[in-house]
Amino acid sequence: MGTATLEPTSIKKGFKSEEYFINMGPQHPATHGVLRLLLTIDGEIIKKVDPDLGYIHRSIEKMCESNSYQQIVHLTDRLDYLSSHINNEAVCLCVENALELEVPERVKVIRTILGELTRIASHTLWWGVMGMDVGAFSSYFYGFRDREMINDIFEETCGARLTMNYNIPGGLMQDIHPNFVKRVKEFIPHFRSKLPEYDRLLTGNIIFQKRTKGVGVLSKEDAINFGASGPVARASGYSCDVRKYHPYSALDKINFTEALDTTGDSFARYKVRIAEMWESLAIIEQLIDNIPEGDHKVATNAVIKLPKGEFYQKVETARGEFGVYIISTGTKNPYRVKFRSPGLSNLSLLNHIAVGGKIGDLVATMATIDIVVPDIDR
Amino acid sequence: MNSISNMIDWFVSTGVLNMAMIALIYLTVFAVLGLFLVLLERKVAAWFQLRIGPNRVGYLGLFQTIADALKLVSKELTGTVKADKFLYNLAPYFVIVTSLMALAVFPFTRDLQAFDINIGVFFLVAISSIGVIGILLGGWSSNNKFALIGAMRSGVQTISYELSVGISLLTMVILTGSLQLSEIIEVQKSGWLIVQGHIPAIIAFMIYMIAGTAETNRAPFDMVEAESELGAGYHTEYSGMKFAYFFLAEFINMFIIAALATTVFFGGWLSPFGITDSLPWMGLFWFLAKTFVLVFLMMWFRWTFPRLRVDQLLTLEWKYLLPINLVNLVLMAVIVWLNLTIQI
Repeated sequence: MGTATLEPTSIKKGFKSEEYFINMGPQHPATHGVLRLLLTIDGEIIKKVDPDLGYIHRSIEKMCESNSYQQIVHLTDRLDYLSSHINNEAVCLCVENALELEVPERVKVIRTILGELTRIASHTLWWGVMGMDVGAFSSYFYGFRDREMINDIFEETCGARLTMNYNIPGGLMQDIHPNFVKRVKEFIPHFRSKLPEYDRLLTGNIIFQKRTKGVGVLSKEDAINFGASGPVARASGYSCDVRKYHPYSALDKINFTEALDTTGDSFARYKVRIAEMWESLAIIEQLIDNIPEGDHKVATNAVIKLPKGEFYQKVETARGEFGVYIISTGTKNPYRVKFRSPGLSNLSLLNHIAVGGKIGDLVATMATIDIVVPDIDR
Repeated sequence: MNSISNMIDWFVSTGVLNMAMIALIYLTVFAVLGLFLVLLERKVAAWFQLRIGPNRVGYLGLFQTIADALKLVSKELTGTVKADKFLYNLAPYFVIVTSLMALAVFPFTRDLQAFDINIGVFFLVAISSIGVIGILLGGWSSNNKFALIGAMRSGVQTISYELSVGISLLTMVILTGSLQLSEIIEVQKSGWLIVQGHIPAIIAFMIYMIAGTAETNRAPFDMVEAESELGAGYHTEYSGMKFAYFFLAEFINMFIIAALATTVFFGGWLSPFGITDSLPWMGLFWFLAKTFVLVFLMMWFRWTFPRLRVDQLLTLEWKYLLPINLVNLVLMAVIVWLNLTIQI
């Protein structure tokens, strides 16, 4: 990313067409937050995209060094706020592994269900915003209608709709609400009937397909080289689902197929996310009927001290592989915490795949990369 | 005293006073119409999007846009320091004046027409191409790159789609043999033109609606504004009343496109099958009813379709609409020549 260059990279001499420089963001409707893109444009054609980060940097990793392990969980909500439950889970799993703590089966199942609900909620929001980015406003409200049901479930279960804080090292903060199973069971058929509506509104639309097919093509090699993960990498044919290869919580007992595509363009990324919503529904359906009885947490010390060493845990958020790396010196605070966020490595692709396209293509590509800016800046 | 009464006499006798009063009524009526079209759009959008829409100001939110307009009038006019002041201030008037001028030639009912000029259709096409100058000026003089991109897109788009609007109207003019709007309606007493001209007329209507939507810079052809790409496009740097002129003009243009389609394809103020021929004032009702159905159609487009990309927009016009249109023109000429029209 480097420092921002305020001059266009190259200006042709004479009266020929000139490349010019334009600031897209930090306040721009398509950048979904305070991301600044320095564009070099020739007419409508993009010559260079230079993302300039740091507008929402809160030094969360540094803050972690002076907080206890229970407190770190709460900070991870503020990374990728659309996958907050999964982020929390990653820290908890990392701490539990370090303590060699075995959490009850009930906790594992509930964590997985909530994780998949989070994924659906994130993808429905992405779908709505994707429509809005390519100019179809109505999809936004249809996406939010279904996300609202999930948020209501979250609200009832843990009292929050966005920043959940439901996981704690050792289990869950409290047991699930008595209505939880009923409401999730209501949601599944509702969403199964609404997902085809998504296809009718956007997927099958000829203009939408023209806007996304063959736009922002990412090859499998590049996906691996740039460290892409999640739907962005899977749309290029790189099978990298952490849930499949390094299952955590209750995912090792689940049958599901990893959504894959080979074309690697924006439309493939779109289709992979739609397929993931179907898969998440299947995962929830397998688990919701047999949540084991038992405690919702195991007791831990009030002050958690991890043994000396280095610990890593990765999970699959809605955006890709999220990793938590903790170096402990045996005290109540970590010596160093590093978050591997999917957004940053996915964003680094942007210059590679958006160059040569039009401004409209850049917007469509950015929408399918599905960036959440606080996740990139941390 | 005598000189003043003389002057009044002169005004009345030459019709200047009449003209001024008609102009004033026209401006008032259409400013209010524009406001209510904005409200209609917001309501229609809400129905498409599982929302209720404005419902707080007045009964069912009827005065919402009046309140918005009052807010815009009372707002401070901000602008950029580096803008080209003269052109920057001039641009909104180009847009709003041409929109309101175009309304002068429409026959709302048999006797309600301000100017019945014999080149009515030509006048409308000519006037609508002046409006784009305002958009170009606005984008250019704002000294903002996003506005400039929007203005350039607008120039390219409007010049391209004007061809389609013009030729599809020309197709219908072959059938009527007149450019005068009142004459065109007279011809339709033996069947609306979309029935008389059957296949080529339906093709011409479809092309006209597509090109007309593009001409008014509305989604799916709203390249000029393209929120997610350019922020607000050509009117990024405008505020207050100057912004309101651009905004109102967009809605009045939509009404013009729909009203012209009503006049040329659907019999204008004529009632279907002559059911209300004995009540001349019902013509106004039929005219507005038909126009609002078409306005609704354009709103339907806007809230359903994604936006095209700028090169796809040009491909659509130059590779598909224009050739089809030219063939259609010939087809219509052949049909009129062989007398294959349907007369009721």
